[in-house]
This record gives sequence, C-alpha cells and structure tokens, in this order.
Amino acid sequence: MGDQILTTVDWARAQFALTAMYHWIFVPLTLGLSFLLAFFESIYVKTGNEEWKKLTKFWMTLFGINFAIGVATGIILEFEFGTNWSNYSWMVGDIFGAPLAIEGIFAFFIEATFFAVMFFGWQRVSKGFHLFSTWMVAVGSNLSAVWILVANGWMQFPVGMAFNPDTARFEMQNFWEVALSPVAVHKFTHTTSSAFLLASLFVVGISALFLMQERHQKMAKRSMVVAAVFGFVASLFVGLTGDEAAFSVAQRQPMKLAAMEGLYVGQEKAPIVAMGIINASKKPGDDLPAFYQEVKIPGLLSLLANRDPNSFVPGINDLVFGNAERNIIGAEQRMVTGKIALAELARYKYAKDTGNEAEAAAALAIFDQHKGDLGYGYLTSPVEAAPPVATTFYSFHIMVVLGTLFPVIFLLVLYFAYKGTLEYQRWLNLLCFFSIFLGYVAQQAGWIVAEVGRQPWAIQGLLPVGVAVTNIAASNVQTTFFIFLTLFTALLLAEIRIMMKQIKIGPEA
Amino acid sequence: MIGTLDHSTLQQLWWLIASVVGSLFLFLTFVQGGQTLIFTLASTEEEKTLIINAMGRKWELTFTTLVLFGGALFAAFPLFYATSFGGAYWVWMLILFTFILQAVSYEYRKKPDNVLGARTYEIFMAINGSVGLLLIGAAVGTFFTGSRFSLNLYNSVTWGTPYRGLEAALNPFNLAFGLFLVFLARILGAMYIVSHVDHAPLVKRARKATWINLLWALPFLLTILISFVTMDGFAVNPETGTVFMEKGKYLNNLLAMPVVLVLLLAGLGSVIYGVAATGFLNKNSGIWFGGIGTVLVGLAIFSLAGYNNTAFYPSLSDLQSSLTIYNASSSKYTLTTMSYVALAVPFVLAYIAYVWKLMNAKQLTLAELNGEDAKEMY
Repeated sequence: MGDQILTTVDWARAQFALTAMYHWIFVPLTLGLSFLLAFFESIYVKTGNEEWKKLTKFWMTLFGINFAIGVATGIILEFEFGTNWSNYSWMVGDIFGAPLAIEGIFAFFIEATFFAVMFFGWQRVSKGFHLFSTWMVAVGSNLSAVWILVANGWMQFPVGMAFNPDTARFEMQNFWEVALSPVAVHKFTHTTSSAFLLASLFVVGISALFLMQERHQKMAKRSMVVAAVFGFVASLFVGLTGDEAAFSVAQRQPMKLAAMEGLYVGQEKAPIVAMGIINASKKPGDDLPAFYQEVKIPGLLSLLANRDPNSFVPGINDLVFGNAERNIIGAEQRMVTGKIALAELARYKYAKDTGNEAEAAAALAIFDQHKGDLGYGYLTSPVEAAPPVATTFYSFHIMVVLGTLFPVIFLLVLYFAYKGTLEYQRWLNLLCFFSIFLGYVAQQAGWIVAEVGRQPWAIQGLLPVGVAVTNIAASNVQTTFFIFLTLFTALLLAEIRIMMKQIKIGPEA
Repeated sequence: MIGTLDHSTLQQLWWLIASVVGSLFLFLTFVQGGQTLIFTLASTEEEKTLIINAMGRKWELTFTTLVLFGGALFAAFPLFYATSFGGAYWVWMLILFTFILQAVSYEYRKKPDNVLGARTYEIFMAINGSVGLLLIGAAVGTFFTGSRFSLNLYNSVTWGTPYRGLEAALNPFNLAFGLFLVFLARILGAMYIVSHVDHAPLVKRARKATWINLLWALPFLLTILISFVTMDGFAVNPETGTVFMEKGKYLNNLLAMPVVLVLLLAGLGSVIYGVAATGFLNKNSGIWFGGIGTVLVGLAIFSLAGYNNTAFYPSLSDLQSSLTIYNASSSKYTLTTMSYVALAVPFVLAYIAYVWKLMNAKQLTLAELNGEDAKEMY
C-alpha cells in the first residue's frame, strides 16, 4: 500500500479476511473429521473391537480441540456482516439473511445437540444412539456448510431477486433460485469434498508421525487406511467439482477467470499457464508483458472455460475496456450506464420524498432501463473492475498443484498399506506429515481465489465493497482488527500446543 | 395458509418468533450464570470442575441460540441488523469478544499445555457471564431508551456518537437491565446446578445462591418495572408511520395488551416461585419454573418494545429514523418463505428436548468426572 492511507473499507476487508481465514483453518477439519469419526465408530460398533473405540476417542479428542475455536470464529463472521458491512446487510439482507437463519435452524442445533452426546454420552446413552449422534454431528456440520455456501454462492452469482427502488435494496423473488443456484451447488460440492480431503490428510499425517516414532502402529495404520480411502475418493471429487467450478466461473465471473490465469488480452485457443512468474506492475490497458516467465499449455483454458479448445476466452482488457468485435461490453461503458442508473435513483428518491409523483415515475422509467449496471455506477475508474491479478493467479495455481499431488499421496499410502510395508516408508511418512500443512495452504488458497478474485464486488456486478461497508471511522475497525489478530493468534497457538500434547500422549493414555 | 398472510401479520409473526428465540436465549444464559458462580460457589477444585462440566454440556446450545437470534433478526429485520450492528459497533464487538473467550475455555481449561493456564480460562468464562451479559442487557435496554443514529434515504446509518454504542451502558435504565440479566443468569445457573449436580455441599450453597442473587437482582428489577410504568416511549402513528414521543407509552402498552401484563407478572411469579422452591422448599425442579418464567418475562419485554405501534429501535437524534417492525422488516416474500422454514422449529425443539432428557437422566457426579471418560471431561 506504500504511503497510501488505509480506509475503512480496507480495514473492514482485512478484518473480515482475517476472521474468515482463521475460521477456515478449523472448519474443514471439522467437516471432514466428523465423517471419519463416524466411520471409525461405525467399525467399532460393527466389530465390537475396543481398539476401534479407543481409536475413535483419540481422534475425537483432537476433533473437540479444533471444533471449539471453529465455533468461536464462526459467530464473529456472522455478526461481522452487520458490524463491518452495514450497508450490505440492508441492501441484500432480504436475500442473504435467510440462508444464515436456515443454517441456524437446520444445522447448528443438530451439531450443538449431538456434539454433547458424542463427547459426554458414552455412559449416558446406548451404543446405537451414540453412533447415531456421531453421524448427526457430521451431518449437522456439513448441513451448515450447505447454507453458508448458498449465501456465498449468491454473492458470486446473484439470482432470484430484484432491486426495489422504494426500499433501496435487493429483494428476494425466488428462494429456490437462490438455494439451488448452480454456483451454490458447485461451491458446496467443491468446498466440502476439499474439507474431506484435508481431514484425511490430517489423519494420515498424524498417523504417519506415529509410524515414524514407532508408537501406536496398529492404530495408526488402521486410521491411515480408512482416511486414505476417504481422502482418495474425496480428492477425485475435488478435481471433478473444481473443473465444474472453473467452468461456472468462466460463464458467470469471466473477470475472475482472466485474473486466475493472468490473461489480459482475450484469445481463441487460450492457453493455461502451467507455471509462470507474473508481472505484478502490469495494469489493464498498458503494454507491459503479463509474465516474466511462463510455461503454457495451448487451448486448455478455452477447453476449461467453454468446453471447446478453439473457443474465445475474454481477457482483463476486454472486460475492462470492452471488445466490440466480440460483443463484450466493458466496465468503462457499464460505468456510464451505472451512473445514469444511480442518478435516476437519486432523482426518484428525492421526488418521492417531496411528493412529486410525476417526476418519480419518469426517473423510475429511466432507472429501470439502466439498473442492470447499477454497481458499476459506483466505480471511479474502469480499472477498478479488475481484481488483484497476482494474488488470484498464484493462489489458483498453488491450489491446483497441491490438489493434484494429494491423490497421489493417498494412493501411495494405500499401495504400501496393501504391501504391508507402510511403517518402513519413512520418506512417504514424512511427506504425509508435511502434507497436513500443504492441505491447509491449499484450503486458504482456494478461498483467496474465490474472494480476492471477485473484487471489487461484495455482490458480483451490483454492489462494490466500498459501498457495502459500514459508515464508521477507520480507527475503530483498525483497533478491532488488531484485537482479533492478537486474540485469534493466541488461541491458535494454544490450540496447536494442546493438540500436539494430545498427539504426544496418544490414544492409550 | 402461510402464503395468504399479509405483510403486517408476517411482520408481527416474525417479531414473535425472534422474541421466542431471544427469550429462550435468556433462559439458556443459565450457562453464563453458572460461569460466574465458579468463583463464588465452589470451594474446591473438584466443585469448580463439577459446575463447569454441568454447564459445559449446554454451552453450545446457548451459543447456538444466540447465533440463531442473530440470524433470525438478519433474515426478518435486516434494517435492525444493519443499523444496530454497524452503528453500535463497539458494544456488539465487545459482546462477541466475550463469546470467543467462552467458546474455547471449556475445551482448553483442563487440557495440558494450554498456554494460558486453567485460571485464565476460568476468568474468560466469568467475563463472558458478567461483561457479556451486562452488555447484551444494555443493548436490549436501548429498545426502550433509544440510541443516537440517523438513516438517510437509502437507509444507510450514521451513528451520532464516537463511542459506537458503548454509551448505552452509561444509561441507568440500560445498566439496570444489564445487571438484572447478570443476576437472573446467576439465579438460573444455581438452579441448574441444584437440578443436575449430585454433590451435597455444592448443592446446598447453590440453593442459598438462588435467593441471594434474587435479592441482588431486585433493585434492578424494580428500576426496570418503575421505569416501564413511568417512562415516555416511542410511539408510531399506524396511519402515517410517523414516530412521536408518547407519555407513559410502555404503561399504555401494558394496559392495551393485557396478555403482555399477564406474561410479565406470571413470568416474574414463576421465577420467584422457582427460587423459593429451590432455596427454601428443597426441590430440584426450580430450574423449570425459573426457565419458563424467564421465557415469559422475555416475551413480555420484547412485546412491549415491538407491538402496539411502538418503535423497537428508537432514534434519539432523528425520531423518524426509528425502526419499527414494519419499516425494518424483510419483504413479504422473504418473510413468507422464512415462515415455511420456521415450521421446522417444533421438530428442532423436540429433538433437543429428547436429547436433553436422555443426557440429564442421571445427575452429574464426581465419580463420572473421574471415571472412564475422565479425559473427555472439561
């Protein structure tokens, strides 16, 4: 940022990003490990083998340590929509609030109710009901993911609503369009399968540590096999849904796709950059090269984006400045339309307020013709319509590379487990352990692509973050940012230490 | 049938639903009350652990109810969500900080290598039970005393003080409201300990704590009740939507809605009976009278604030910016959709009640804490 003064919207974004990124350290493990616990306990109930119970309880302890801090960061996120994004909350609350409330009713109570049974019910309920409770924790956790991802999907691809000039907000017209939006479906399938993958890496990695330390080998190998099967299936699903998600982005958020690939000038047979060092000083419209170094695979981006290797994929310049030849209206032109919409909205509101119905009707008619580009009217320069390219590009590529590596690791684990030599593969066990960290990197990178890649929009094309933000002095948000940073970091360190101690103690304590 | 309801009926229905969730939250703050009792009630480490484990099995339910309360307000009254959370920024942030502290404390307190030490996590719990509830009470108090904000034509909020909501805690009525909630939670916490913990010396002290905390709560309760019958309130003209100050508005509301008066008196009576039953009659069922009474009192308070043409989130700086259940609500379509969703609530309550019954069938004992599952205990 150099000597630029950070404004409220910068701090609000920083605070929201901080909370979301911390939250997303804990949540994917909860989503995936809850199912693994259900698998482990099911085996215990089926076989009656106490060792499986001990194994379940060990992973359950780690689950509990992780779960608490996930809950803590989650409540902050919900309320930060109001505290940081007050205008957003009003302008889209009519649509966005519903999934959040549904999440509470349908998912959180399942989680909260059965979580207590799972931890404290071993002696209080029957074996069958306990197993049922463990499954319900998994179902509840993942149901909550459905609704928050519906909400996020709607922000990326707003559907099922209309702008009401009288209330100056967007209002829901069709709940099912919101709930079953293809973006929401892709978000859910990609995100939850990646969470299963991460939890599998976690179990495989910690178990690999036991193998290297020559402790709890039987338990470790059992855990590894179950988790590697789950992880391998999940990683295939991650790849499949990732491809679907990218196709969806290409159709609905072409600017994000262009940023993901650092594509400034649109082209047919557009390549994917397999590896590249991006030129961070390049801006839309200038003549600088996009990359210092790059390795391209021709046609692959066109194939990914349009299912046709010869098709045209628009670049950042096309989307910012327009491309008449390709019939692409750029942000520059949309800004003109958007500003007319905003001016007519203001005229309408004033006329209504002063009781001038004739002028109100006239203003509304013009507003209706231009309202599709309402959000662009808030921009001050067309270049603002492009997200930070380097961050989006690197995050996307890190995610993809790691996503390709993980299934290989799971396959290797399964292969050596089949051969019965898992404990002797120190290199693989080391790789497994290190992959826990890589799994977290991939998770964070994925969300950075999704969220940084859609800047400057809080709601794609309709509401930029600068308008969505609360009217508050930056110093307030700056202060809470640092309080959160300190608090979350302290709690994360405590969490990691407690978890390491429990791993050290192991299942037999 | 829901589809045929008009917008204003839906708005009233959703105020009722939000009030029910908010009132259930007030009942479930027995967890917070219990968290502040660990320092005054427990005389040994084991007793402290008993209290924490009794509360620890329910803390998430309270937490989730608070989250749902927020979610329901967001979905049904988004202008309140936008105005209050964005406007009274600091008061909500501080409340949230205390809930972060709570969420980790149960899990981390007894775990080895927890960096901060058990005592710190216990203090975190006590902060949540005292400061957290005090501020929630102060925030609810502003439903009657108002806040300094204004809304423009686009409903964007401008807050009138740099303290962003913290000023609410300096108003005597709001402060009394907050302190009443803190002591009410302690009464409920003590009642819950009596009903769920099997440890004679602790239970004996908990019985006593119910009426001692009731005595502490009384001056604040009286302040609130006297204020209700004497204070001016924020009325809305149903024809024009204009907000104006009305003399004795909340007394008028009580008289205009006798059912609310009955709820309030029955609720307070039930809480007092719960205290008497626990403190003097040696019964273990006081928590149910205390709990139901709290829910009834909560419903009465939210009804006073929102129904009978009253502005529930009044503005002191610009009366016409005040929020009513009509101007702050979601569209008819959204409220209708959400009403269908709300049909699931009885099922949710049913499985919560079923699991509660299963899990609370046996009282908590020291033997359980030190038994086979000792490692899982908080």
